[in-house]
Parts: sequence; structure tokens; C-alpha cells
Amino acid sequence: MKILRFSRKQLCIPYALFLICFVVLPLAVIVYYAFTDGSGRFTWDNLLGFFTNGNTIGTLCYSIAIAVAVTAVCLLIAYPAAYVLARSGLKKGPVLLMLFIMPMWINFTLRLTALKEILTILEGNLSLYPFLNTVIAMTYDFLPFMILPLYTTLLQLDESLIEAARDLGAGPAAVFFRITLPLSMPGIASGITMTFLPAMTNYVILDMIYNSTYIMGSLIGSYFNIYDWNNGSMISLILFAVICIVSLITDREEQNDAKNRGAVL
Amino acid sequence: MRAGRKIRILAGAAALMTGTGVFFPAWGATATAAGVSDTGNRTASASAVSGALRPGGADGQEKVTLRIANWEEYIDEGDWDEEEAIELEDREETVILGENPMIDDFESWYGDTYGIEVEVEYSTFGSNEDLYNQLTLGNEFDLICPSEYMFMKLIAEDRLWPLSESFFDGSAEENYYIRGVSDYIRDIFDTNTINGEPWSRYAAGYMWGTTGIVYNPEEITKEEASHWALLADPEYKGQVTIKDNVRDSYFAALGILNEEELLEPDLVSSPDRLERIAELMNRTDEETVASAEAILKQMKENAYSFESDSGKADMVTGKVLANYQWSGDAVYTLDQAEIDDYYLAYAVPEESTNVWFDGWVMLKDGVGGDEAKQHAAEAFINFMSRPDNVVRNMYYIGYTSVISGGESDVIYAYADWCYGAEDEEEDTIEYPVGFFFSGDNADEDYVITAASDQADRQLFAQYPPQDVLERAVVMQYFAPEDNERINQMWVNVRCFDITELTWQDWVKIAAAAVIVLAAGVLFLKRDVIRNMALETPGRLRSKGF
Repeated sequence: MKILRFSRKQLCIPYALFLICFVVLPLAVIVYYAFTDGSGRFTWDNLLGFFTNGNTIGTLCYSIAIAVAVTAVCLLIAYPAAYVLARSGLKKGPVLLMLFIMPMWINFTLRLTALKEILTILEGNLSLYPFLNTVIAMTYDFLPFMILPLYTTLLQLDESLIEAARDLGAGPAAVFFRITLPLSMPGIASGITMTFLPAMTNYVILDMIYNSTYIMGSLIGSYFNIYDWNNGSMISLILFAVICIVSLITDREEQNDAKNRGAVL
Repeated sequence: MRAGRKIRILAGAAALMTGTGVFFPAWGATATAAGVSDTGNRTASASAVSGALRPGGADGQEKVTLRIANWEEYIDEGDWDEEEAIELEDREETVILGENPMIDDFESWYGDTYGIEVEVEYSTFGSNEDLYNQLTLGNEFDLICPSEYMFMKLIAEDRLWPLSESFFDGSAEENYYIRGVSDYIRDIFDTNTINGEPWSRYAAGYMWGTTGIVYNPEEITKEEASHWALLADPEYKGQVTIKDNVRDSYFAALGILNEEELLEPDLVSSPDRLERIAELMNRTDEETVASAEAILKQMKENAYSFESDSGKADMVTGKVLANYQWSGDAVYTLDQAEIDDYYLAYAVPEESTNVWFDGWVMLKDGVGGDEAKQHAAEAFINFMSRPDNVVRNMYYIGYTSVISGGESDVIYAYADWCYGAEDEEEDTIEYPVGFFFSGDNADEDYVITAASDQADRQLFAQYPPQDVLERAVVMQYFAPEDNERINQMWVNVRCFDITELTWQDWVKIAAAAVIVLAAGVLFLKRDVIRNMALETPGRLRSKGF
């Protein structure tokens, strides 16, 4: 009886097929739609239209402003939390982490409905601060995605490096800024990628929190809703480009730090 | 109004939650990409479906499969409690009780009446655009229930199959639709045309209503709520919700834009008032659209929210004081609030209102040429129009059917059962509904003695009085290029327009950017700076100072 043998290449076939069917082909279709007009002729109009219209550019800027604010707030809250959880040797550290992660187990529409009530009590009327409310709601929703990678990176941090720095006379601030922070860059980078993209596109949160200004996600949705596949695809593509840039920057940070860490070791 | 009616409506609250859940965010570009690529596969999947659904009966008796798409929560699903039974005071003292889902009842009725087995494949959609996208992506249906503008679009695109002549034969017992439809509605379906063809060639009505404003009468006067201007009134900043769809919002904006002209005594008393209102409210020229854009931007600044579903809940919980609403949902909102002893009211603006319809139409792709299917589809419309079934659906949904009952008085008896004042009630009014039931508002057979507040509440929403219908116009389906202009206008309203920033704003942004950049550079180059600081004295020393 012959035993079936697969080479390593063959084992990759299922994933490659998946990749082609659900990533490459759809992307190709988006590119096709983005550079054609309604009747299928090649055109640059969709691209030019995006960058010559105050509304679409404004939406891009507004989305980036929201995403930057959300990511920054998430980072400011998550870093100390993750640091304390991972570094201060709390006995109940994992339990506390659980508490941070647990909201993710509850459906986000339900959580937002609750948040809406809380904000209504605090602010009186939700429509007064749409930008602030959006940032609060998104931070609330995406915080676990920032905490988790930070926690993992900080947990793996080599204690001896910190001890060495202290021995060599570095004060607490110097230790943090010269050792801990650089070494946790990979965690920060993946945390940023995990929150930045959803913050630019997740318009359900905006709808639920009553921010009636479009972000990139809602703009794409609105074009698809009126059967304008071409402009919708172009905006998707532009968003894709923005995300690529963000990933490139954060990736570079990660690689740099991998190198740095190598040098230190 | 009796209490029994409200129990079932509570089920709708759950739908509010699940409704939002459906639109789980597209996490970036790849998710939307999957949607686009589906179009490429449409022919393949569609033919596979229709092939599998038509098994030729070996006994010569073909089983008919009817694929129906309807709005969510838009048909009686049966399973009523015994005590929910509605005992009407019509001539035959009919008792209405929905035991089984309407669909099951239809299947057995069709089998019993015509001796042909029918199987209904029922699916639902959440918006007209959702339905249209389903059709584009290759889902095949036989019978669908879009709103009037969407079936106008489908007629214009030649995707519908006309109703048969026998469907309009009033002499046949089973033709409940043509025997029961209200003259008011039939007239609208006959006189409104698209591409020269009347709606009634393709469409049979299901539910209808007006658009107006639900308001809290303790904070807002009826007079204020009776004008579209309330929706942009700075006095109620953050207290008003607006519909999150371009057609309804555009209509309201035109109502504000044309307010003076619409209220001119000359127009109000003119014999062709309706035509003139319809002309004003269906303008799509560039100037009108630009003015509407300005008004809508103002509304956006002023409103509590643009909403597609949440407005009802926000109205009931008192977060807002007024809510732009369809009459059917207005009834729901008023009912819900009443459970908490909170009394809201509904007003239809004096300028004009948009009379809307949801109607049954057959798709060419589905029933085209298939007589057995067409027969079943038309029988379904008729079955839904049978007076007792009309009452079941109205009770379940809370909307108003286009059927008035014809010779049957069951539907009028139901209206009376809902809104007729109790005997001990003292403060009552005589509310005529004759225009709808017999075509004559003075008809003494159709006057409901209702509690006096019903003139501003559910009864008013469900059966608008004659003066409302004298300003109720249909919003037409716009030509593609006009539609594009209006859609673009809507995108402009909703987007943050960067060109509207003043130079002061730009200065602030630039200052913030400089600060952030400087901080970043200082942080990244801190080592270099520190080394410079450390080295400088050293160098100086080495030079002998």
C-alpha cells in the first residue's frame, strides 16, 4: 500500500487557493472597478475626482484625525495598564488582564448602547460632542486590541537588560525611555495597526453614537449603496494605500527594533 | 385602543438590536472586495438555483415554488395567544386569530382552492437598496415587495412582469385584491406612471402611509410640528432626529425650501393643488438641489442624529422631542411610549407630505412566461388582501393596508375596534374615514367615534383625514442623472468639507502639527541632542579654555 506523501509546497496549495479566491481576485476586481467608468472604459477620473473634491479629501482627513486620536488615546491608556499588568509581578495579573479583555466577549452593539446611555447622562445630549463621543466609543471598543500585544511584548521583556541599565547608573526615567520603551516598540507597532485601520472604517460605531459625518468606511458604503461601484472601489483602494503606508511605517519600526535588540544582545 | 395590540409589537424591539448587528463593519478594503466579486458569478449561481427548484412532477402535477422577498417583520407570523383573538363587531362577527404563520396558511389555502401544491421560499430584506443589491448579485425571486420608488426603478429598467388581466377581474370570488383595494389607492396606482405605463400594470399595493413628525406635545406645539421647518429650527438644536436616507431627507428639505409657495392661499385653494405640490416637491434641477444641500447641511448641524432605526427608541425614551417618521413607525412609536404612560403625537406638515407605498411586484427573471408561477404569485397577493388576513397583518405589523375591504366591513370594524372610544368615554370626536373606505368622506357609514386625542395620534397616523391627503404627493423615481446629482448632494452633506475650513482653522491645525512634529523629532533625536550637549564642553576644554 502506497502512503500518500505531500511535499511542503503541496501542503500550501489549500491556503494558496484561498488566497487567490478571496484576496487576490477580489483585489483585482477592485482595481478594475477603480480605474474604469460605468461603461467599463479605462479612466483616471475616479482617482482625480477623489483628490479634487473637498468632501472626499475632507473625509480622508476627518478619518485620519479620528484614527490618530483613537490610537493615541488607546496607547496612552493601554501602555501603563499593560506595563503594570506585565511588569509589577501582581499575583492577580492574569485575572486583571481578563477584566480588560472581557468586554470583547459581549457584542459590541450592546456595549455601545450601554455607553450611549452613560454618555447621555454625562453630557446631557449626545449631539453636542460628536467627535469626542466617537473617540470615546472607539477607544472603548478597540482598547483590548492595544493592550494585548503590549502585554505580550512587555511580558517577554528581558529583565536582565533593565537590571544591567540600573547597575550602570541609569535612573528610572532613563531605564524606561532607553530600554523598556524601545524594546516594546514591536508591541506598540502591532497595537497601532490593530486600532488604526478599524478606527478609519468602522462606521457602525459612528452611526450608533450619532456622529453624522462620514468617515472612509461610510463613504465607501454610501457609494456602494447607490450602485456606484467605480468610485466606491477607488475609495477602497485609496484607503488600502493609506493602511499600507501606516503598516510600512510600523513595520520599519518593528524591524529596526529587532536589529537594535540584536545589537544589544 | 385596546391593550392586546401592543404585546406583539414588543417583538419588534428585538429587531432593533439585530438589525444593527447585521451591518457588522466591513473591516477595510478586503471585506468590500468580496461583495464586488460576487457580480462576476451571478449567471452561474442563478441558473443553478432555478434549475434545482423546478422538479417536473412525475404524476403530471407540477409543484410550484414561489420565491418571495419581503421586508423584515412585515407579515403575520402567527402563534397568537388565545386571548389575543380579535372579536370584531362586523356583520358576521368575525373573530380574527393568527394561529399559523401567514405563509403556511397560504400554502394550504392554495392547495385547497386550486388543487395545486405550492411551496413558498420566503426571505427578507432590510432596505430597498438591500433588495436591489440582492437582485443585482444574482438572487432570484418571483414576488417582491419594494417601496414605490424602487418598483418604479424596476419598471423603468424593464425587470418586472405585468399582472395578468384576470387579476383585475372583480367578478371572481378569489380576487380579493381588486375587490378590496381602496378607491383612493387604486386611483393613485392607475394614474401614476413611469415610462408611460401605470403602476397598476405591474404593482399591487400592500401597505401605505404618509411621512410626518412624531413629537412630544408637552414641549412642542402642534403648530410647530406641522411645518417641516421644525427639523431645522435652532430653537430645538439637538432635539430632533432626521431620516438617514436621501429621499426622505430631500423631501423634507424641499418642504422647507418651498414653504412660502406651498402655503400660499392661492395654491392651497387651487383646484389643481396636488399637481402643483407634486411639481414643486419633485424638482431636481441643479439650483433646487444646491439649495436643498444648504438646508440639509443646516439640518445636520442642528439635528440630534440622522437615524435609520434608532429614532423610535430615542423618541420613546425622551432623548429627543421630535422625530421625522413614516406613519407606520409613528404608530409603533406612539404605542411603545404609551406603555410607559408617555403620550406622544403625530403631525403631518401643512406644506405637503410624501404618500408612500410598499407594493407587490413580480420579477421578469422569476415568473416571466411561467404561468403556474404567475398564478401562484397573484393568488398570494389576493390571499394577503383577504380581509381577515389584512387584519392579521395590520395587527402584527402596525402599518395600514391599502385594502379597505370592498363589500366586506371587516377592515372598518377592525379600525373601529382599534380606535373606537369605549362607551364610558366622554371626550370623543367623530372621525370620518369615508374617503378611504368608500371614496366619500361624508359617508356616514364610515365615521369612527374616537377619543378626542386620537385626532393627533394613532388613528390620525393610520387613516389620515381628507385635508392631509389633499397635500399628500408621490415622490417620483428620478431619472438616473438627476438621481446621481441628488445622491452626490447627499454625500456632500454628510462629508466633512475641507474647503469650508477658515484660515484661522488652518493656522490652528498648522500650529498643532508643528508642535507634534517638533516633539516627535526631539524625542527621536534625543540621543544626538544629548551627545551634542555633552560633547560641547569637552571640545571647549580640549581647546585649552
